[in-house]
Amino acid sequence: MAATARTLARPATPKASPGSDALRRRVRWVERGAETAIMLVAITSIVSVLLILIFVGKEALPILTSAAVHREVTPLGLIVPHPGSGFVWQPVSSDPKYNILPLFAGSLKITLIALMISVPLSLLAALYVAEFAGKRTREMVKPAIELLAGIPSVVVGFFALAVMSTLVQRVFGTEHRLNALVAGIGLSFAVCPIVFSISEDALRAVPDTYRAAALALGAPRSETLLRVVVPAAAPGISAAIVLGFGRAIGETMIVVLASGNAALLDAHVGRSTRTVTATIAQELGEVVVGSPHYHVLFALGALLFVVTLLVNVVGERSIARMRARARGASR
Amino acid sequence: MTARAPKDRALHALTLSATVIILAMLGVVVLDVARGGARAMSWEFLSAYPKRGMTAGGIYPAIVGTATLTLLMTVAAIPAGVATAVYLSEYAPPRSALARVVRVCIANLAGIPSIVFGLFGLGFFVSTLGTAIDRAVFPGTVTYGQPCLVWASLTLAILTLPVVVVSTEEALQAVPREIREASLALGATHFQTVLRVVLPEARRGILTAGILAVSRGAGEVAPIMFTGAAYFLRELPTYLNDPFMNLGYHVYVLSTQSPDVERTKPLLYGTALVLLALTFLLNLVAIGVRARSRQVRMAAD
Repeated sequence: MAATARTLARPATPKASPGSDALRRRVRWVERGAETAIMLVAITSIVSVLLILIFVGKEALPILTSAAVHREVTPLGLIVPHPGSGFVWQPVSSDPKYNILPLFAGSLKITLIALMISVPLSLLAALYVAEFAGKRTREMVKPAIELLAGIPSVVVGFFALAVMSTLVQRVFGTEHRLNALVAGIGLSFAVCPIVFSISEDALRAVPDTYRAAALALGAPRSETLLRVVVPAAAPGISAAIVLGFGRAIGETMIVVLASGNAALLDAHVGRSTRTVTATIAQELGEVVVGSPHYHVLFALGALLFVVTLLVNVVGERSIARMRARARGASR
Repeated sequence: MTARAPKDRALHALTLSATVIILAMLGVVVLDVARGGARAMSWEFLSAYPKRGMTAGGIYPAIVGTATLTLLMTVAAIPAGVATAVYLSEYAPPRSALARVVRVCIANLAGIPSIVFGLFGLGFFVSTLGTAIDRAVFPGTVTYGQPCLVWASLTLAILTLPVVVVSTEEALQAVPREIREASLALGATHFQTVLRVVLPEARRGILTAGILAVSRGAGEVAPIMFTGAAYFLRELPTYLNDPFMNLGYHVYVLSTQSPDVERTKPLLYGTALVLLALTFLLNLVAIGVRARSRQVRMAAD
C-alpha cells in the first residue's frame, strides 16, 4: 500500500518530474521492445513450417528439373512400371529402379491394418470412458492411455520385433516372421491413444440435453448412445480417424523394425512389407548427397509431407467445427 | 447409472473390454520390457562403454548423449514455446490474423511425420546452415557442416515446439483474469504483469510443458538419425559439433545391425528399459504436476 501511495504521489513533486519522465519513457521502451520480441519469437512456428516446406522441397525438386538426375530416373519412372521388371524399388544396383508404388502400397497396407484394429477399439473405449465410466475410473484410464502414447515408438517397434512377431507367426502361420500384420498391430499401439482421446473429447462435447431428451422419450441407454450421442459426435469422431491415419502413415520406427522391409507389391498381410518412411530411414544414411537416389528419397519425404499436411488440415477443420458446435449448443 | 436392458448391458461389456484391451497394450509392453531389461541391469551396464562390437558392456555414452541432446533441445524449445504461448494468450488481439496463422502452423507442425523432420534437419541445418557457417567462419574445414549435437537438438526443438506451446497456453489461460486486472490496477504495465504475475502463476503448467517436451524428445529417433546420432563413439560429446550416441538410436541399431542377435538381446532389453523408464517417469511426473495444479485451482475457486 505504501509503495502505491508513493508512486501516486510522485508526479506531484515537481523535482521528481524529469526523472519520472525518463522512467516513463524507459518503461514504454521496455514495453514495446518486449512486445516486439515476443511477437518475433511467436513467428518461429510459421518460419519453421516454411523452412521445412522449402528445404525438403528444394532437395526433392531436381527430380523434376535436373537433367543429370533424369539420366537415372524421371518423374514418370517413379510411377510407371519398369520395362521387364515391373513395379520394382531397387535403388542400389547397376540398373537402379525407383518405382515408388510398392512403397506407398506398403504404407497404405500397414496403415489400414493399424486403423482396422485401433478405430473400433478406441471408439468403444472412448464410449466407455465418456458414457459408462465413473469419474474416478475416468481419471485413471485417461492418464494411462496418455502413458501409452508416451512410450517411444522405437520401444514399441522393438517389442513388436522381439515378442509380437513370434506370437503372430505361431497364431496365423505367416509366411515371413516380420510382416505387414506385425507392423500394423505394433502401429495400433501408437494410433489408439490419438483416436481415443479425440473421439472421447467429441463424445463429451455432445450436450447432456441430447441424452436427456432421448432417455425421456423412452429410448434405452444403448439406443440413446448409438442413435443420438454417437451421430452427434460424428464430426469429431471422423477427425479422430483422419488424424489417426496421419499418425499411422507417418510413423517410422515401429514399421522399420517390424515390417520386414521387402518392397513387394502385393496385398498379403503375412508377407514382408516396405513403407515410405522406413525406406527413407534405412537408405538416407548410406546415400551419396546430391545423387539421384538422394533426391528420390527427399521426393518421398515431400510427398509424405503433403499427404500428412492435407490430412491434418481436414482433421483440424472438423475438430474446430466440433468445438464451435459444442459451444453453440451449450449457449 | 446401471444398465438394465440386455442390450445396454452388452454395450457396457463391449466398451469395457475394448478399454481393457487398450490398457493391456500398455501393460504388456511395460511388463515385457521391464522383465527383459531387469536381467541386464547392473551398475556396469549403466556406467560402462559398449564392448566387443556392442555385444557386451554398457550404454553410458548413450545415456549421456540423450541427456545432453534433450537438455540443448529444451534450451531452445522452452523459451520459444513459452514466448509463443504468451503471445497467443496475452498479446494477440482477438481475431488476430497473425495469431490464427501461428495456431495453424503449430497444429501442422505437430502433425508432420518425424522422419520428415530428419530430412529437414539434414537439408537445412546440416547441409545449408552448417555449410554456410563453415564457409564464413571455418573456411576449408568441415566443422558445422556435418551431423552433430547442435543440429539434432535444434531439429528436435522444432519438433517439440507444439508440445510446449499447447501446454503452456493451457496453463496461461487457467490464470484467473482478476489477477491480471489487479496487477494492472496497481499500475503495473502489461509486460510487468505478464512477467511478474501471470508467468509465475502458470509456473506449474510451464514445468509440465518442459517435462512433456523432454519426454517426447528423448524418445524420438527418426529426426536425429541423419542429423547427429552415431552408431558407436569412444568419447562423450564435448562440443556442439560433436556427434553423440542416443538411447533410442542404440535400440534401433542393436535391433537391426547386430552381428549376433541372441548375444545382444539382453543389452537391447536393458537399453529399451532405460529409455522407457526415463520417458515413463517424466510422463508420470507431468501427469502428477498437472493433477496437483488442478486441485490447487479447484481449492482456490
